[in-house]
Amino acid sequence: MPGLGTSFGRGAMTNHWIDVKNADAVLIMGSNAAENHPIAFKWVLAAMERGAVLLSVDPRFSRTSALADLYAPLRSGTDIAFLGGMINHVLRNNLFQREYVGEYTNASFLLDPAFGFKDGYFTGWDPEKKTYDRATWKFQVEADGTPKQDGSLRDPHTVFQHLRRHFARYTPEMVERVCGTPKAEFLRVAEAFARTGAPGKAGTIMYAMGWTQHSKATQLIRTAAILQMLLGNIGVAGGGVNALRGLSNVQGSTDMALLFHILPGYLGMPTRKDHPTLAAYLEKETPKTGYWVNKPKFFVSLLRAWYGEAATKDNEFAYQYLPKNSANYSYMDLFEAMYAGKLKGFIVTGQNPAVSGPNSTLERKALEKLEWLVVRELFETETAAFWKGPGVDPAKVQTEVFLLPSSTHLEREGSYTNSGRWLQWKWKAADPPGDARSDGWFANQLALRLKALYAGSRAPTDRAFLALTWDYGKEEPDLEKVLAEVNGYTVADRKPVKSFAFLADDGSTACGNWIYSGVFPAEGQNRAKSRKADPPESLGINAGWAFSWPVNRRILYNRASADPRGKPWNQEKALIWWDAEAELPDGKKGKWVGVDVPDFRPDLAPDAKGGGNPFIMRPDGKGGIFAPLAEGPLPEHYEPVESPVKNLLSNVQANPMAVIYKADLDKLGDPKEFPIVATTYRLTEHQHTGSITRNLPWLVEMMPNLFCEMSRELAEEKGIRNGAPVIVRSARGEVRAIAAVTGRFKPFKLGDRVVHEVGIPWHWGFMGLAKGDSANMLTPHVGDANTRIQESKAFLVDVRKA
Amino acid sequence: MAKAILVDTSKCIACRGCQVACKQWHGRRAEPTRFQGSYENPLALSAQTWRRVGFIETAGGDGRLRWRFISDACKHCTDASCLAVCPTGALFRRTWGAVDLNQDICNGCRYCVAACPFGIVAFNEESGRVNKCVLCPDRVEAGLEPACVTTCPTDALTFGDRDQLLSQAKRRVAELQAKGEKGAQLYGERELSGLHQLFVLQERPQVYGLPEQPRFAVASVFPSSVTSVLASVVMGVTALVAFRGRGGKGEE
Repeated sequence: MPGLGTSFGRGAMTNHWIDVKNADAVLIMGSNAAENHPIAFKWVLAAMERGAVLLSVDPRFSRTSALADLYAPLRSGTDIAFLGGMINHVLRNNLFQREYVGEYTNASFLLDPAFGFKDGYFTGWDPEKKTYDRATWKFQVEADGTPKQDGSLRDPHTVFQHLRRHFARYTPEMVERVCGTPKAEFLRVAEAFARTGAPGKAGTIMYAMGWTQHSKATQLIRTAAILQMLLGNIGVAGGGVNALRGLSNVQGSTDMALLFHILPGYLGMPTRKDHPTLAAYLEKETPKTGYWVNKPKFFVSLLRAWYGEAATKDNEFAYQYLPKNSANYSYMDLFEAMYAGKLKGFIVTGQNPAVSGPNSTLERKALEKLEWLVVRELFETETAAFWKGPGVDPAKVQTEVFLLPSSTHLEREGSYTNSGRWLQWKWKAADPPGDARSDGWFANQLALRLKALYAGSRAPTDRAFLALTWDYGKEEPDLEKVLAEVNGYTVADRKPVKSFAFLADDGSTACGNWIYSGVFPAEGQNRAKSRKADPPESLGINAGWAFSWPVNRRILYNRASADPRGKPWNQEKALIWWDAEAELPDGKKGKWVGVDVPDFRPDLAPDAKGGGNPFIMRPDGKGGIFAPLAEGPLPEHYEPVESPVKNLLSNVQANPMAVIYKADLDKLGDPKEFPIVATTYRLTEHQHTGSITRNLPWLVEMMPNLFCEMSRELAEEKGIRNGAPVIVRSARGEVRAIAAVTGRFKPFKLGDRVVHEVGIPWHWGFMGLAKGDSANMLTPHVGDANTRIQESKAFLVDVRKA
Repeated sequence: MAKAILVDTSKCIACRGCQVACKQWHGRRAEPTRFQGSYENPLALSAQTWRRVGFIETAGGDGRLRWRFISDACKHCTDASCLAVCPTGALFRRTWGAVDLNQDICNGCRYCVAACPFGIVAFNEESGRVNKCVLCPDRVEAGLEPACVTTCPTDALTFGDRDQLLSQAKRRVAELQAKGEKGAQLYGERELSGLHQLFVLQERPQVYGLPEQPRFAVASVFPSSVTSVLASVVMGVTALVAFRGRGGKGEE
């Protein structure tokens, strides 16, 4: 989540689900929370019962919109224009929280006089190399290296003035012409949300895959982050930019680095080119200021946890055993490589890429190029059965497929990390049937059996694997033992460390994931099992329920919930405050106290140096309104890579840094042939690829078939009847669906043009009880410039009667 | 103390947890369905589907689109037509208000199907008997809430003392009206002398397919029951006459 990471310092939901009830305004955009988070949605309703206003911005009127006070439509792929319009509204009408912006963000920093933005490009664009030289994307600095500031925010080089000029183009009229949102409806939403800019008021933004699956998704989330900083909504109860995760443990899988570019705890993955030695890695990756100065402690402790006695001071703590990245191994890159025949084997667990992956025709073909494929699943999924899918001749597929039965989440124990960063222990409800085994069992067996296979090898390439510590039991691993290692311990006595503050870079401590440190602070004390709830009328911090990283802080950056002098902006929703009389252990006086764990050095007085820098993970401690990413340090609207219209904000049509894959099956559609915008989404009744839910009769009964939602106007134009079959076609493929003709989709009026949009859920596939075409046969292999997440929320199709 | 379910449609997100929880608790099967242009499915209550969520697209007073949801099932009326016409006593009243159904003595006559003013009671072709929501007496009398209520994540469904739910519902209606929801109203307080499934609605009842003034429907099935009563009388008399006749002959 680099959008949040770059702005605030950590890539995670800033607040947590229960805290949503403290909001005065809830903006749900890029998410259909009522549909996809029905249980947790009760906290949105709880906020409304306390008087909050619910705003829903979505291409179609959704289940969330049905509950909203205000709904505004927007064309898919134009969210930056909409939010940019809100930023402009807030700045033009002086609705921002002046003191917060001046003190807690980098708005007052002076930028390099050479920095600028013109004709859709920031300074430094190299049209030949198609990339940016970031030389001018920097602050003017004082003699001591700190950024120059202008507290009045008036200097034309301040971030604030750049921001003002940059978004001045995003007028309500422009929003209407780009997004198709009628000006009046845009303004109603903008005004309602901007009211949270008053000190003491809080607004939360909730988003999900409707924001992350765009070619400029990271910048989109940055736009929301900037808006929230302007309104003083970060670090306060009921505020935040809150990423709603699509599965119970997605936050956990990100934290534990089931991603190619990071190691556990968001430590960057070393690359062969930039980090040949441990010294080089630590030198290059450790900032000089901010909390990340401690990175060497976390990194060395991780090596110590993984390689145990084999990690010594003399061998760079086994740094050379650690694999180094030499290419991009993100999702679409892996499948492109597989399609090009570069991958031999593939183990798939808890995923069904033949349905969930974009351009699934290409991805299913890619599976044919494998020598072997292992799928661990509850049912035979489309991925496991790709060799007998539509249009595939099994006789021609050479891939050897192993389908292993897996337990369900109810049949295994372990800790789950929810959207709000809470590690919660879960006990198993039943034993898995037959030969079905848990994920932990599989990982344990794979490691143990490979270790047995490699035992005694003297080959240098095998040394790293043999050195890996692995002692969690013979069958089912002891997951508390794993968690204790993740928590960290002092090597000499194997005693748990109390928190990451006790980690060292000299090899005396080991820690599997520094941000989780504190979850197992003492022998037998698993805080993920804590179950002490706060009373319902409280703020809902629930410090005694589960364990929230880091160090049980519930609301990140909560120093910003108090004003620069340390007094809460809102006494009723106070999180922490400065108590000048409170006594410290050493007898000195003055510390931060409150209902949440301070996300701040507890004894750093408001008037001390750095005492007003709430974003401790950023080098300068200030919120990053200006923060460089691949395509620029400020967000800018570009059209989706596939779009029916010209970009009205500049002559740069699409994100110049978007990743566009170019295999023979990676085709892009011409708007003349495919004039209709399409988006994909999920339904309450099915989970993801439907691998489980399309096999459950009660759920299939409610949502039996793939459908395509469209406006009455489009249906009339195409002669399509509600409930009749239609063909939806993109440059990549076509699917058969049933038409859902509805008033909930409306054509978008963009100036004198009318653009239609259709929506199609992506749960279906050719296996299971409820069979149907996969919507991802339509979506492109186009990725965000920073994360390479696919652009499956805005692409082009055509629709006709079947 | 009379109990009831309160369905607050303004809090319903149409997740249909209630629809599935009902099937699970009562062991109801999935019906074969096809997507027909609306999220709604199955399209009607049946012997296998005792509770279902309706999805209604409608224009509000301001001309803006609304998408209304309603979790619907048996209303457990005080003046319960089904109960009144049931010839076998299979339908009976629990002390706390539920109209329960004893399958063992249902004879499949279907008078209740015809009598129900809400079209709720459904005939089960397989068993030859009728089915409907019974308000989970096995749960309620064990101190639990009905399965649908337990499942509801947003408290759109609540269960409790009917009197308390009525005041809760009235408060909610006032709140909604204060927010500008002019159509907000309570349904079920007086209808048929009081329903044991109450509704906070955001539109007029018929938008949700609820009759504005549901009527105690015995009158409408009376002719048929009269016919059947008359028929059995006639049959009885005929039989009596026949036996007598035969007897007479025997004696002769």
